[in-house]
Amino acid sequence: MKESLGVYDYWAYDQRPKITWPGGAKVAFWVAPNIEYYELDPPQNPSRKPWPHPHPSVPGFSIRDYGNRVGHQRQLRLLDKYGVRGSVSLSTALCEHHPEIIQMCRERDWEFFSHGIYNTRYTYGLSEAQERAMIRDSMETIHRHTGQACAGYLAPALSHSEHTLDLFAEVGEELFGERGGLYTCDLFHDDQPTPVRVRSGKRFISLPYSLEMNDTIVYAVNKVEPRQYATMLKRHFDRLYQEGAESGTVMCIPTHNYQVSCPHRIKAFEEALEYITGHSDVWVATGREIAEYYRAHHFDAALESMQAQAATAPGES
Amino acid sequence: MALDNDYLNYPLRRYGYDHDRYDWSMLDERAPVTWPGGKRLAVWINVSLQFYPLDQRGVPFKVPNGMTMPYPDLRHFSLRDYGNRVGIYRVLKALEKYGITPTYAINAQLAEQTPYLVKRLQEHGGEFIAHGWNMDHLHYGGQPIEEEAELVARSVDTLRRVTGQTIRGWLSPAKHQSFNTPDLLVKNGIEYCADWVNDELPYAFKTASGALTMMGLSTEIEDQFVMSQNLHSEDAWVAQVKDAFDFLLEESRTAGGRLFALNLHPWLVGQPHRIACLEEVLAHIARHEEVWQAPAGEILDAFKAARASDDKGTR
Repeated sequence: MKESLGVYDYWAYDQRPKITWPGGAKVAFWVAPNIEYYELDPPQNPSRKPWPHPHPSVPGFSIRDYGNRVGHQRQLRLLDKYGVRGSVSLSTALCEHHPEIIQMCRERDWEFFSHGIYNTRYTYGLSEAQERAMIRDSMETIHRHTGQACAGYLAPALSHSEHTLDLFAEVGEELFGERGGLYTCDLFHDDQPTPVRVRSGKRFISLPYSLEMNDTIVYAVNKVEPRQYATMLKRHFDRLYQEGAESGTVMCIPTHNYQVSCPHRIKAFEEALEYITGHSDVWVATGREIAEYYRAHHFDAALESMQAQAATAPGES
Repeated sequence: MALDNDYLNYPLRRYGYDHDRYDWSMLDERAPVTWPGGKRLAVWINVSLQFYPLDQRGVPFKVPNGMTMPYPDLRHFSLRDYGNRVGIYRVLKALEKYGITPTYAINAQLAEQTPYLVKRLQEHGGEFIAHGWNMDHLHYGGQPIEEEAELVARSVDTLRRVTGQTIRGWLSPAKHQSFNTPDLLVKNGIEYCADWVNDELPYAFKTASGALTMMGLSTEIEDQFVMSQNLHSEDAWVAQVKDAFDFLLEESRTAGGRLFALNLHPWLVGQPHRIACLEEVLAHIARHEEVWQAPAGEILDAFKAARASDDKGTR
């Protein structure tokens, strides 16, 4: 085990090169619906139980299934209404289980990125070759069912190894060259995209995804009231919008159809969407669009700035 | 030492589900339903009446809201018992005031031990559904099938004997099941089950012994989930229940009939400082003309009748 993963260096949110977004936008805004499949009776993993109780864990399984049966189309309608194309964090086995959902998203030109095969199969304990095979399977599955070169990764159930980011970037390059394996959603260290070091040397970035704004963390872990979630989302946006006048920021709302689309919560989500998309100078984009723009326009300047900051010696005042 | 390669094999990665219990279907893709009288939103008010034993075994886990302190945990035992002595009578008054005909999910052991309570519930009116034996007799994967079969039969038979009603519905304690539970329910003459909260309308559930209808009783807006698990305030609970109701009513105007299912626990919502919140919720529901309020079994019957007339229409 390492004391620190070492894929990025200290780089202060201070005196960074200015980020500009298309059209002079202050905030790049994206919504990442997690469309997931949890198995009813998955195999055990030595490091993490897939369900808290003996299988079948009906309460947990059934509410997640609710997300696919009922919640998905509610969120779809809402994102349509506010002109947002989702960037789907996808349990890729869902392509086989529920192709109708994939089709609905394809019709709207949504992005799909990999969230593993199932949210009940973890990275823990996989050899490097096994993890590579799992990641490859997930990216090939997306390509087979949607034609898309998968650009992003959020490890299944946020289960990682030391090599997760390296492997994703490598498999993306093998399969799709410069079109695939561009960004990770697994790091929560910044409000702007940042270059991330992978062993292949690929121009790879971390894209702000946010656990703090993630509906499952908000509702199921932090037990926040729905209307307070709307307040949190608006405050989060307000500050990023304000700071975005100086240098562009990124705001993501990661959602789950079994949380945000429930009848007692969807109004709060709509309130935030209406508020955010009602502002001028907001670039409503997908994960890939933000990542590609950043790589093309800001990646090199960021590397230079990181090196300059790293070379700074404490001085006398 | 890596995991066995089997960990990356997915024999059930296929169309539909990784199980055969019911068919994959999205709510929006189904034919719209209309409730009796042309109403838009069916309302199922469920009152859960529960016995939490003092000598809790916690097999295979300690049920939420059960005993947490070393034996004898009198605080939790008596606080839950409060619901059956005091809280329920406050809840019944509130239901009466707003003309609600509830569904009572009652632990069979409680029904057997409190004939006065059962009589008062009968006088108020409503449907009884089985709620297992008590809150410390869970149904779970790995439970010997003989043990569970006896538990289901004892629960259903006792409730039928004590109430004199045909018991058609079932709610498992903590909504927890084994892989055998649905089959055992059908074997005991149960028509519908409230455990799987994966839909907002009834749907067909397959068992080895024949068809069962699943009619989920929402967990997300029930009093104990919001106020006892999530620790939200009473006011926040009222807001969430009203928001859910308003949303479903609105959706029902364009998408077809919807079902609003609210589960209540007298030990929680029957407290003096909470009962007014329940009254506020019931007042909100009762004032809408488009609402059809009925016991769960009647809602199921109406749903089946509506589907049957759809089938005739398409022939």
